[in-house]
Amino acid sequence: MSAHASAAVTEELNYLNWQKGIWSWLTSTDHKRICFLYLYAILFFFLAGGVAALLVRTELAFAGPQIITDPHTYNVLFTMHGVFMIFLFVVPGIPATLGNFLIPLMIGAKDVAFPRLNLFSWYVYMIGAAIGAVAMFNPIDTGWTFYAPYSTTTGTSVSLMVFAAFVLGFSSILTGLNFIVTIHQLRAPGMTWMRLPVFVWASYATAVIQTVATPVVGMTLLLIIAERWFGAGIFDPSKGGDPVLMEHLFWFYSHPVVYIMVLPAFGVVGEIIPVFSRKPLFGYKMVVVSSMAIAAVGFIVWAHHMFVAGISDFSAKFFSIVTFLVAIPTAIKVFNWVSTMYKGSISFKTPMLYAMAFVFLFMVAGTTGIYLAMLGVDVYYHDTYFVVAHFHYTIQGGAVIGLIAALHYWFPKMTGKMYNETVSKFAFAALFIGFNLTFIPQFMLGMNGMPRRYYDYPAEYQTLHTISTLGAYLNGFGYSFALVNLLWTALFGKVKAPRNPYNSHSLEWQTQSPPIHENFAEIPVVTEEPYNYGTPTGRGH
Amino acid sequence: MSAVAHPIVDHNVPAGEPPHIHHMDTQTAYGAAKLGMWLFLGTEILLFAVMFCSFAVMRYYHLAEFHDASKHLNLWAGGFNTIVLLISSFTAAVAVTKAQKGDNAGVVKNFGISIVCGLIFLCVKGYEYFEKAHHGMFPFVWNSDFYHYKNFLGLYFCMSGLHALHVIIGMALLYWYGIRPAMNNRFSGKYYTPVELGALYWHLVDLIWIYLFPLLYLVG
Repeated sequence: MSAHASAAVTEELNYLNWQKGIWSWLTSTDHKRICFLYLYAILFFFLAGGVAALLVRTELAFAGPQIITDPHTYNVLFTMHGVFMIFLFVVPGIPATLGNFLIPLMIGAKDVAFPRLNLFSWYVYMIGAAIGAVAMFNPIDTGWTFYAPYSTTTGTSVSLMVFAAFVLGFSSILTGLNFIVTIHQLRAPGMTWMRLPVFVWASYATAVIQTVATPVVGMTLLLIIAERWFGAGIFDPSKGGDPVLMEHLFWFYSHPVVYIMVLPAFGVVGEIIPVFSRKPLFGYKMVVVSSMAIAAVGFIVWAHHMFVAGISDFSAKFFSIVTFLVAIPTAIKVFNWVSTMYKGSISFKTPMLYAMAFVFLFMVAGTTGIYLAMLGVDVYYHDTYFVVAHFHYTIQGGAVIGLIAALHYWFPKMTGKMYNETVSKFAFAALFIGFNLTFIPQFMLGMNGMPRRYYDYPAEYQTLHTISTLGAYLNGFGYSFALVNLLWTALFGKVKAPRNPYNSHSLEWQTQSPPIHENFAEIPVVTEEPYNYGTPTGRGH
Repeated sequence: MSAVAHPIVDHNVPAGEPPHIHHMDTQTAYGAAKLGMWLFLGTEILLFAVMFCSFAVMRYYHLAEFHDASKHLNLWAGGFNTIVLLISSFTAAVAVTKAQKGDNAGVVKNFGISIVCGLIFLCVKGYEYFEKAHHGMFPFVWNSDFYHYKNFLGLYFCMSGLHALHVIIGMALLYWYGIRPAMNNRFSGKYYTPVELGALYWHLVDLIWIYLFPLLYLVG
């Protein structure tokens, strides 16, 4: 009894328990608590977008109307799926949650550079989400791309929804700006640029894209509102405007935004693979350079979304060639990850399984991306399920799998508890098989000419559609299972996590689990590169 | 590294403030604030860049209409406003020097002039808008005689309207982060960051107008 009582008294103070009550969370400027504020919000919208996707797949399970009897409802559903997933879930996905949690810990700082701005950007995000929720009363049917002139003429509440997206973009800008300044100014003594963990580098590249690309789409969305309210005549061709201009401006953001989504996932995989291979990350410098190269090249490829929109032959050729260039830094990353694993002593823990799944799925995404970059081939594949499948391999197989991998990998640090390995591996198997079952048939559907965004199809396509729908259910089950497992462990789990369960060398694992409010009892001094596993000079943790 | 509870005490923190707002030394905080502001100004320029770009494209499509429509803008009002904003930028720059010398009264006076200039600017702008509305060259009250100027005027109202919004935000910033603390003698040679950042923002607002004026009123 007395031993038990004294154990309770000396329970470690950490960022989770040093202040109590919901108000202490809602007013906290602690980057680790803001991570959780974002996490619960984005997972809610992941659920909402997922439900919309499953409704879409249910409708498409068999030829002929199933649960939806009119095309408008179907348009609304796939738009909801896109808008929720893109603007509310995947874009803030890794940066706002794990980026927030990890960047200060990884560089040895007490917090981000502007903690109050950090909390403010969460509130801006929530306001944007609330405006989007109000827009749901007359839900939009434009698709997440808001293409003019349909978006400037449809009677649904486009103005509210694009304003919501503008507000969410503002939140994203503030987060990116905060991270750039944090990484520039708050690195611990000895933490040189070339000693930064690759996740920090990836987050840096992401933050640059967030700050540079987002204002452009923000203004474009405001111009759509101007067009709708008083016919500014910029995008609407019936008023002398140019809809292709709107597409250019939209993709100037919305192509780089896929790198906002996927670059942090690259960083996550770059952290996980060396730890579970017990080898230094192969070609650290090239991993860093390729992250920055992707961010840079990503800005000059946008019009590959518009090969059939009537752009000139010259610009089509230019954007096609530049798009091929993206394959180079991405391939460098894949080679580096595989080389890191080569002859390593690999342990197949859950985060490692997700990381390897990421590499595999992203290779499929990258190779099919090459098809779509080819001018002649793209004319055929444009607006088919081939594009849908390619996109989902990139974003779900890349960004979302990266987020789930990161949640598992850093879960002990974030919550101070260990999840059940067997359960999480089972969930992984379900979602990995389900994912491929959903989207491999969609590649085939696309090659057979099935256009996207149609709520019905000829009976010839039915078999592949049915398989895809079954896969989607399995995929949804896998995600639910994985996340409920983590949530349950966080709330009721009994197994305490040690300080450094994976013997990692990076700084976030050197402080206690969960970390104290100020991260480190004293600011650490960094003396070596981040991935010295199994090398003579590496620390023997 | 023993795993004992770490007492969360920071003796450098003034009473009543959350502890980790002050998690870096003054020099780092100054550098961080300045870098943050410059990045933010970059995003502002990109925001306007979309409209400059749209202007270029629309002008290419509707050259004759743009040329004629631009003649309907009040060149004298726009020119007067340009001078007003240049003066306001000068006083904003003077306020920074005053703050660096610890002259808080000087900050109040010079930022005050900048804000008054901002007000004059908005009044003149409002007069111009009113005049346009009167002639049926304004959203919701289009006169069909001027309907073909719509592409130019649509961009004119979007660009100058967003700029006017920035003037209002800038005035609020100058008051809230400059004048109000200066009235409490907060600034000294060691601490003048908000004055400098406020002035930077004001210069940006001025700079955007420096490009808007020739583009809308002179080139057309």
